[in-house]
Amino acid sequence: MSDHEYVPKSKFGKWFNDRLPLLTLASHLTDYPTPKNLNYWWTFGGILTFCLITQIVTGLTLAMHYIAHADLAFESVEHIMRDVNYGWLIRYIHANGASMFFLAVYIHIFRSLFYGSYKSPREIIWIIGIIIYLLMMAAAFMGYVLPWGQMSFWGATVITNLFSAIPLVGEGIVNWLWGGYSVDNPTLTRFFTLHYLIPFLILGLVVLHIWALHVPGNNNPVGIDVKKPSKDTVPFHPYIVIKDGFALLMFMIVFAFFVFYSPNILGHADNYIEANPMVTPAHIVPEWYLLPFYAILRSVPDKLMGVIAMLSAILILAALPWLDTSKIRSAVFRPLYKQFYWILLADVLILGYVGAMPAEGLYLLIARVATAYYFIHFLIILPILGFKEKTIPLPLSITEPVLGGFPKAAIVKKKESLN
Amino acid sequence: MKNIFKIACLIALLLTGAFQVNAEEKVKLLKTDWSFKGLFGKFDRGSLQRGYQVYSEVCSSCHSMKYVSYRNLFEPGGPEFTEDQVKAIAASFEVTDGPNNDGEMFVRQAKLSDKFVKPFANVKAAQAANGGAYPPDMSVLAKARSGGVNYIYSVLLGYEDAPAGVTLDDGVYYNKYMYGNKIKMSEPLSDGLVEYSDGTVASQEQMAKDVTTFLMWTAEPHLEARHKMGFKAILYLIILTILVYFSMKKIWSRVESEV
Repeated sequence: MSDHEYVPKSKFGKWFNDRLPLLTLASHLTDYPTPKNLNYWWTFGGILTFCLITQIVTGLTLAMHYIAHADLAFESVEHIMRDVNYGWLIRYIHANGASMFFLAVYIHIFRSLFYGSYKSPREIIWIIGIIIYLLMMAAAFMGYVLPWGQMSFWGATVITNLFSAIPLVGEGIVNWLWGGYSVDNPTLTRFFTLHYLIPFLILGLVVLHIWALHVPGNNNPVGIDVKKPSKDTVPFHPYIVIKDGFALLMFMIVFAFFVFYSPNILGHADNYIEANPMVTPAHIVPEWYLLPFYAILRSVPDKLMGVIAMLSAILILAALPWLDTSKIRSAVFRPLYKQFYWILLADVLILGYVGAMPAEGLYLLIARVATAYYFIHFLIILPILGFKEKTIPLPLSITEPVLGGFPKAAIVKKKESLN
Repeated sequence: MKNIFKIACLIALLLTGAFQVNAEEKVKLLKTDWSFKGLFGKFDRGSLQRGYQVYSEVCSSCHSMKYVSYRNLFEPGGPEFTEDQVKAIAASFEVTDGPNNDGEMFVRQAKLSDKFVKPFANVKAAQAANGGAYPPDMSVLAKARSGGVNYIYSVLLGYEDAPAGVTLDDGVYYNKYMYGNKIKMSEPLSDGLVEYSDGTVASQEQMAKDVTTFLMWTAEPHLEARHKMGFKAILYLIILTILVYFSMKKIWSRVESEV
C-alpha cells in the first residue's frame, strides 16, 4: 500500500492534497491490495453500490413527479407511467431495482455466512452491514406504501399494527406512527419523508462499511489472513474493477430482463387497485424479500411473541461473530458447517415460500418447524460446532491452493469455476 | 454442486406438496395467442381498434377509464386511429367545464386532452345503478388482477349456469373463473353484439380477445416502446459484457491466477 508515501505529481495537486487528502484517498482506493483468489460471490459489494446509486437517482427523478397525498398518490403514479417522458422506465427500474437490491444483498449476506467474513477482525463491518440491511427493509417497506394501492395500504396497516403488541403503550405508539386513528394521509406523507431520508443514511453507512473493510482488508475464499501487499494480492484497480464490472454487467442483464419484459412479476396485482380502507384484500402479503420474516412472525400464535421472534431473527445476526465459535472462517475447511449452511439456506427459502401462503394447516406447521430450526442453527448448532467439528487443515497461503500445490485446491477451484 | 442438487430436490418436493394442497382451489384460466407477449410482442392494431369499439359500445356504459385520454387513441403504440377520427370520437362526448368568466359551469364537447368521460358522476352513483357493486375503473384493470389478461379473457367467457347446490341472489351470476364464482355483472358479450367495420366476425371469443387486448394497452400504453428498448438495451449489455470479459481475461493474464 502506497498510502503514506503518495505524493501528487503536480504542484497544485500537492497544495490541495496537503489541505484535503482526497488524492491520497483516490490513490488508496486504486492501489488497495485485494486477495487475488476472490471469486464472483465477492462482486456483489460493487453490485450493491450500483443498486443503491440507481435507487437514489431514479428515486429523485420519481420524487419530482410523485405527489404524496392520499387522494393523489395513485393518480400521480399513473401520470408517471403514462405521461412523464420515460416515466414508465424510471418507475420500473426503481420498483424492480428494490428487488434486485435485495437479491444482491441476500447473496452478499450468504457469501459472508459461507466464508465466515463476519469473524474477527471484521465484526464491525458485519454489524454495520446488518444495520444497512435493517434500513433497507424499512426503506423498501415505506417505498411500497407510496403508490397507495391496496397492498400499500393494507401492508402498512398490518406492519404498523405490529407495534400495538407492545404492552401498555402499544396503541399510543401506533396512533403516533399513523398520525391519526388509521393509516391515512399523515401516514403517507411521513412515509414519503422517511423513504427519501433513509437511502442517504444507507449511503453514509456504506461509506463506513467500506472504511471498516479497508482496515483489515478483504476476507477470501480460503479464509486465511493475507499479507498485504504480497504476491497473494492484486491492486484493486484494474484487477478487481474489471472483474466487478464484468459481474455487474451480467447482473444488469438480469435486471434489464425484469424491467423490460416482466416489470410487474415481482409485485402484487392488488397494488394496481387504488387503496380502499373499506375493502380488505383476500391475502395480505409483503414483497418477496420480506417473506421469510413474515413467516416467522405468523408462526408464533401470540402477537407480541411473534413480533419479538421476527425482530430477533434479524438481530441474532448481529451476534453471529460471537455465536459462531469456530476460529476457521471458510466453510471450505469446515465439512460439518458446510452441511448446516446449506440446510440453513434451504430453511430460509422454505420460510420465504410459506410466508407467501395462507398461515393455516400444513403451511403453518412447516413455518413453525422452519422458524424453530432457524433459531436452533444460530443459538445451538453454531456455538457447539466450533468445539466439536473436525476441520480440514488450512493452507499456509492462498497462493498454495491457487497454484494447485494443496490437496484441497481442486475443491477451491471447482467452487470458483462454478461461480 | 451436490448440495445445490439436494436443495433443489427439497424445494421441488415442498412445492409439489404445496401445489397438491392447492390443486382443488385452482381453476385453469383460458388462454389465447396474445400478440403483445414475448420479446418482440406488439399490439395488433386492428384488435386494439376493435377492442376500443367493444369498450365504447359495451363496457363503457358502466366502467370508467379515468386515466386514459382521448389523445392516447392516436398516439404511437396504441390503436393509432387518425387524429381526425379521435377528434370525432372526443366530440361525441360532453364534459362539464368551468367556471367561465361569469362564474358559471358550462357543458362543452370533449377535447383530445380530456380523460375518457365517466359513465357515472361518482362511486355512489355507480353503485346505485349496479345493484350495490362498483364496476371497477378499467384503466389498469389488466394489471390489477392476478392472471392478468388471461383472467379477464376467462371471466368474459366464463359464464355458466350455476351448478346444483349453488344458489344465486337476484342480479348475481355464476362465473367459472371469477374469484368466489359470483359476479354482479351479467354476461356482457354475446355473438354479434357489435358490428365490426373491418369485417371481422364478432364472435364472443373474438370480442373478448379484442377488448382484453385493448385493456392491456390502456394498462401499459408504452408496452411496445418498452419491448423495443428492452431488446436494444439487452443486446447492448450482452455485447459490452463480452468485450469486458475479454478485457478482463487480458488484464488477469498478468497474474498467475484464474478468473
